[in-house]
Amino acid sequence: MRDANHGGARLLIVEDNKVNRLLLTRNLELMGHKVSTGENGRVALQMLRREAFDLMLLDIEMPEMDGFEVLSELSKDLHLRDVPVIVTSSLEGIENVVRCIELGAEDYLTKPVNPVLLKARIGASLEKKRLRDQQKELVRRFATAEVAEDLQQTGFSLGGKRVRGSVLFADIREFTPLAESQPPEETIELLNTYYTLMFNAISGHGGIVSQIAGDGLMAVFGAPLPLADHCDAAVRAALEMVELIDLFNVEQASADKAKIRIGIGIASGEMVAGYTGTNDRATYTCIGDTVNVASRLEGHTKVAERTILIDGETRALLRGDVAVESLGPVTIRGKTQPVEVFAVKSGA
Amino acid sequence: MAEGTIDRSVYEELKLTAGADFVRELVDTFLSEAPRMLAELRRALDANDADRFRRAAHSLKSNSNTFGASSLAAMARKLELGGFGAARDNGGEPLSALAGEYARVAQALTELKRA
Repeated sequence: MRDANHGGARLLIVEDNKVNRLLLTRNLELMGHKVSTGENGRVALQMLRREAFDLMLLDIEMPEMDGFEVLSELSKDLHLRDVPVIVTSSLEGIENVVRCIELGAEDYLTKPVNPVLLKARIGASLEKKRLRDQQKELVRRFATAEVAEDLQQTGFSLGGKRVRGSVLFADIREFTPLAESQPPEETIELLNTYYTLMFNAISGHGGIVSQIAGDGLMAVFGAPLPLADHCDAAVRAALEMVELIDLFNVEQASADKAKIRIGIGIASGEMVAGYTGTNDRATYTCIGDTVNVASRLEGHTKVAERTILIDGETRALLRGDVAVESLGPVTIRGKTQPVEVFAVKSGA
Repeated sequence: MAEGTIDRSVYEELKLTAGADFVRELVDTFLSEAPRMLAELRRALDANDADRFRRAAHSLKSNSNTFGASSLAAMARKLELGGFGAARDNGGEPLSALAGEYARVAQALTELKRA
């Protein structure tokens, strides 16, 4: 990204009055910015939807569509609502300033605008935008697309909501001896490939990976966005994960490298999904009995010597064309009642 | 030049920050736009359209302030903030006064521009 704070930002001036428009353009060009102009709100929205701007200077009193209307249109538009807006107006009355700020304007400058003040306010707004862009980029990198989207739409707040969904736990069998038997660089490479494959299978079926730790991961189907066939989606994702690992193992074998095996547990039902942590550092996750059961089932794959285990609720909501084998009720840690467990037969 | 028509400190500041050549062009733009605003005020009054009247007065106020035309700005401001009724009740007299002040401003700006 260009250094927008030291000139070179793309600015949009929206102003119906010709003298004001020319003067603002002049002032901003002298600061080194690239300036486009629109003469009313309707034109401005068209321009904003067509090209990217770092900041908009917006007049209020305009024909066709005034500045208030532009501000409220922007706040409704997911793609435009982060464009910083500085209102420049000669409208008098504190109520107009308040209305602009409430509608999302960053600042309100009275015309004729003092160029020194203008420069300072633009610098501050661009710096804030740069930080926000950086934050969004971080969220994008460290959260899934769905969580990033959810954050953008509903904002961040700690606390959860009750949802129905499926939880999937997966990990690599006998990972520790494997890691000890080869150089660490090779293990990192193997984990990266493993995660790439697993993420693809999970997101390909509408799930999100909410946690990864070492060689294990937790995925959720049905949150933050509801998913109609979350049981099917989770089981199909699991089958694809196993299939991808089989293909990966063929490659590993031909390169004379270690093969891996995975175990997967899936449970479905009600859970609480949301952001947990502190206001400074939080993660999107799901908690509840369903999550515990899925985790225990993943652990139970070692005992049962099956690759994919699911609970009764997941089985009940599954469509016909997946072959399952009942393993009967199993007592698992943390549950007083035994859990009906089924093994999903993978294609291999 | 009539005393007080243009606040010279505002005008000089404008030249300093935007450049003398640019300010000359800006004055030309104002001198071609302002008569339209005066005509718009008259039309709005004839059409009994208070909002249109207010908007035209608002534009004239804003541009007058830019050049330091303080009296013209003050008169336009008065019209913007509830001056419609007074202008209507006094047979448009405030508009004639406004046009008179604008003529003085136009004269002063034309002189300053050449200086």
